Amino acid sequence: MSSLISVRGLTRIFDVSKPWLNRVLERRPKAYLTAVSDVDFDVEEKTVYALVGESGSGKSTIGKIVVGLLSPSGGSVEIEGIDLSHEPDAAKVDRIRSDVQMIFQDPYASLNPRWRVRDIIVEPVSHRGGDTEGLAEKLLEQVGLSAHDASKFPHEFSGGQRQRICIARALASNPRVIVCDEPTSALDVSVQAQVLNLMSDLREELGLTYLFISHDLTVVQHMADRIGVLYLGRLVEEAPRDRLFTEPKHPYTEMLFDAAPRMDAFGREVNPPQGEIPDAINPPSGCAFHPRCPIATERCARERPEMRTIGDTRVACHLAE
Amino acid sequence: MSDTPLSPVREARAMRRLKRAWDSDFAYSFRRAPVAVISFLVVLTLVLAAVFAPLIAPHDPFDPATLNLMNGFTPPGEANAFTGEFFLMGTDDQGRDVFSTILFGMRISLFVGFAAVLLAMVIGVTLGLVAAYIGGWTETIIMRIADVQLTFPAILVAMLIFGIAKGITPPEYRDQMAIWVLILAIGLSDWVQFARVVRGATLVEKNKEYVQAARMIGRSGPGIMLRHILPNVLNPVLVIATISLALAIIAEATLSFLGVGAPPTKPSLGTLIRIGQEFMFSGEWWILFFPAVTLLALALSINLLGDWLRDALNPRLR
Amino acid sequence: MTQTTDAPPVLSVRDLVVEIPTRAGILRPTDGVSYDIRRGEILGVVGESGAGKSMTGNAVIGLLDPPARIAGGEILLNGQRIDRLPRDKMRHIRGDKIGMIFQDPLTSLNPLLTIGDQLTETILEHLDVSQSKARERAIAALEEVGIPAARSRIDSYPHEFSGGMRQRVVIALALCAEPDLVIADEPTTALDVSVQAQIIALLKRLCREKGVAVMLVTHDMGVIAEAADRVAVMYAGRLVELGPVQEVVETARHPYTAGLMASTPRASLGHRRLRQIPGAMPRLNALPTGCPFHPRCDRAEEKCRQEPAPSLGACGGRAACWFPLDPGKEENAA
Repeated sequence: MSSLISVRGLTRIFDVSKPWLNRVLERRPKAYLTAVSDVDFDVEEKTVYALVGESGSGKSTIGKIVVGLLSPSGGSVEIEGIDLSHEPDAAKVDRIRSDVQMIFQDPYASLNPRWRVRDIIVEPVSHRGGDTEGLAEKLLEQVGLSAHDASKFPHEFSGGQRQRICIARALASNPRVIVCDEPTSALDVSVQAQVLNLMSDLREELGLTYLFISHDLTVVQHMADRIGVLYLGRLVEEAPRDRLFTEPKHPYTEMLFDAAPRMDAFGREVNPPQGEIPDAINPPSGCAFHPRCPIATERCARERPEMRTIGDTRVACHLAE
Repeated sequence: MSDTPLSPVREARAMRRLKRAWDSDFAYSFRRAPVAVISFLVVLTLVLAAVFAPLIAPHDPFDPATLNLMNGFTPPGEANAFTGEFFLMGTDDQGRDVFSTILFGMRISLFVGFAAVLLAMVIGVTLGLVAAYIGGWTETIIMRIADVQLTFPAILVAMLIFGIAKGITPPEYRDQMAIWVLILAIGLSDWVQFARVVRGATLVEKNKEYVQAARMIGRSGPGIMLRHILPNVLNPVLVIATISLALAIIAEATLSFLGVGAPPTKPSLGTLIRIGQEFMFSGEWWILFFPAVTLLALALSINLLGDWLRDALNPRLR
Repeated sequence: MTQTTDAPPVLSVRDLVVEIPTRAGILRPTDGVSYDIRRGEILGVVGESGAGKSMTGNAVIGLLDPPARIAGGEILLNGQRIDRLPRDKMRHIRGDKIGMIFQDPLTSLNPLLTIGDQLTETILEHLDVSQSKARERAIAALEEVGIPAARSRIDSYPHEFSGGMRQRVVIALALCAEPDLVIADEPTTALDVSVQAQIIALLKRLCREKGVAVMLVTHDMGVIAEAADRVAVMYAGRLVELGPVQEVVETARHPYTAGLMASTPRASLGHRRLRQIPGAMPRLNALPTGCPFHPRCDRAEEKCRQEPAPSLGACGGRAACWFPLDPGKEENAA
């Protein structure tokens, strides 16, 4: 087994304190938000690993750490065996930076409105002084646009076309891994299908590995080989796609599946889940999910569950079996 | 490719570009705003008149050899009682043609205005970008300095800077240096607005995903600021620059009026107004009136143009 | 629409046309839309961005942003025309007969007033009760939407509530004057999945209990499938299909609806390619001739390019299409 990305004990803490003067006057301590807490997972080459979770689950933070936009507060992310935040060799860091690219959520904000599409697409290469002759045109055709579009500006394109341009930019430096942060959540359904199909095709053609971040279970189910479920910065369950959807072991995963609207559930009367996601600055003790968990015991409030391996599922729950 | 500038292909391309510019929303909103069109025409006329002053002006007010003291105090639109010469806007006490002095005075006013705004813009945009992008203590220090400066009236700051600069220049260079000192004083008193606006816009832009994409590629901070963020914060800068130009021209006039600006040997509009107001109550109204009206027309038109520009560039009002 | 009932429908929209005059010509974000909503019914209005679904809702409540205006058709509330009413009269109807729930609960709540103030104010304005009675009603309304400890939380400000709780307050606010019609425009789009399920369940329960007619505007087919009784599918300002939700979702007649359903990822599909509709929705200033969907439609023929699509009522069918899919005869794409 060759894991391309290896995440170990990853933790990221943000300082969300008020400014110094306010703290002194209001006699408040510094406040910290633990966005990611002790997360382990591996992504194997040429697979799609999805991270799903609701807001505050830390999924986007993990994505940003993987591409090097944020540094971890603890733990490590190794890509091809190299830890971006601790690697002293600049050449190696640069190689990883061209091997790992990202597709962002908002196609309207992720393209510089003052740049021509050609310059946007080749930036990852031109910045390193690489040869960009005809590159933008080739990539545009690869993502289903026309070579003539290279000289246009982003505002001349629709949301779906912009996301194609983002994909073209991500492909420019011949990456091995693409981190996709909610790549279709800003798109309409019919356009989402186009973009998801394109991403699947490119993966097969180019042998890419995706780290796919989404809150949308149907999209994740469609795209992913292996899925990690996050709750309040913690990985609560991880399993191959079919296993996860047929036999969810963590009560939170189950709750998420029950709550998601389904196209075949006409007039479904469900007992909606109880409670809301707690404040990440003061997370609950023990298992973060215990206040909302229907089967929680007294132990769950006291002790944070370890990740256990059951079959091909990894789950962090005292009661899972 | 042919090198002739008017090869048919190029001509066609230039025509297309012109057509597209004419059809753009920006040009359309301009055509639909009569105030903007009139202001633009006024500014254009005044600027052209100032630039081509040596060709247009009937007299050279700075050449003592052409002056005739007998022509002093000629009212506008009348022939001089002694020499029979005719002056469109009359003459001052030394027989200088007011129309010509206005043309040459406007040159100085506009030059000082443009140069001061350029200086303020460069300082303000740089500090604003740096403050917002780096943040932390750098931002706190820059913005607190800006806040402190804002608590003083700009004209007071300008006078302070003017006074210090004048104090350290040797007396024999003072008249020569006056204009440059004026530019420095007005420019330094006006950077705060640019810095604040650019900082605000940069704070918005720097969190957008295209900036994150550039960071991910490994671009350096200055590279991102210059190539990615700067082009996207220029719209509000353009608006502020236009309105600042009007303010700078007025500031220059105020300083000159107070006698600390352009010297009488090289009078700006403000100097002319100061000279003119001495004769205000003795009946020679035109020496004050025409420079004042010119200053008013210039500053008002530029301001109105700036107002329109702000609306036209505001995406929310489109 | 073919069913007959004794009472007139709560909301009846007939051939509604909304126009926006622009420099390039007149745009029609809503063009010839007709539908009814009966008491206790939830009508889902679904479409992609730019389909005109929100514009239709705004027209009904008389909140079109100028220069957009109603250029044709009529809107009837309980059998009375409301599209020509003067502004102040319309405002009264809006609070009295029509409740509104928007996507972002923060914009519908005044951040400077406590939720109790806002609720009692609305109740006092529309119902003839005393101050203390109004406050009791407000507390009852909060309890009804599932806000725990309503009596102690009624004097809190909107920012003291979480997103889901805020949307509950908005629902309480929309329902406290006992309206006949509720317009919910993307009420759960800003919420997390688990909270969304709570809000949908709440909306369904309250509407059933109070017999309110609901117009649920959303882009999420899953939400529509679970909550709506009937669904209206919009495309480029036109209503392309209208029918009972299960029929529309399972056996779509209009090629656009069918494409929309097939391009939604779902469990049964596995890793197989999604069916995709080529292209994107046309911009309003560049609508194709004939049926606006024809450039993206694989069933389009010459007739679709030449003639405008038949209106829903005229052909008596469910879909505004010259060549609707007939699920009985051919295999429906899934």
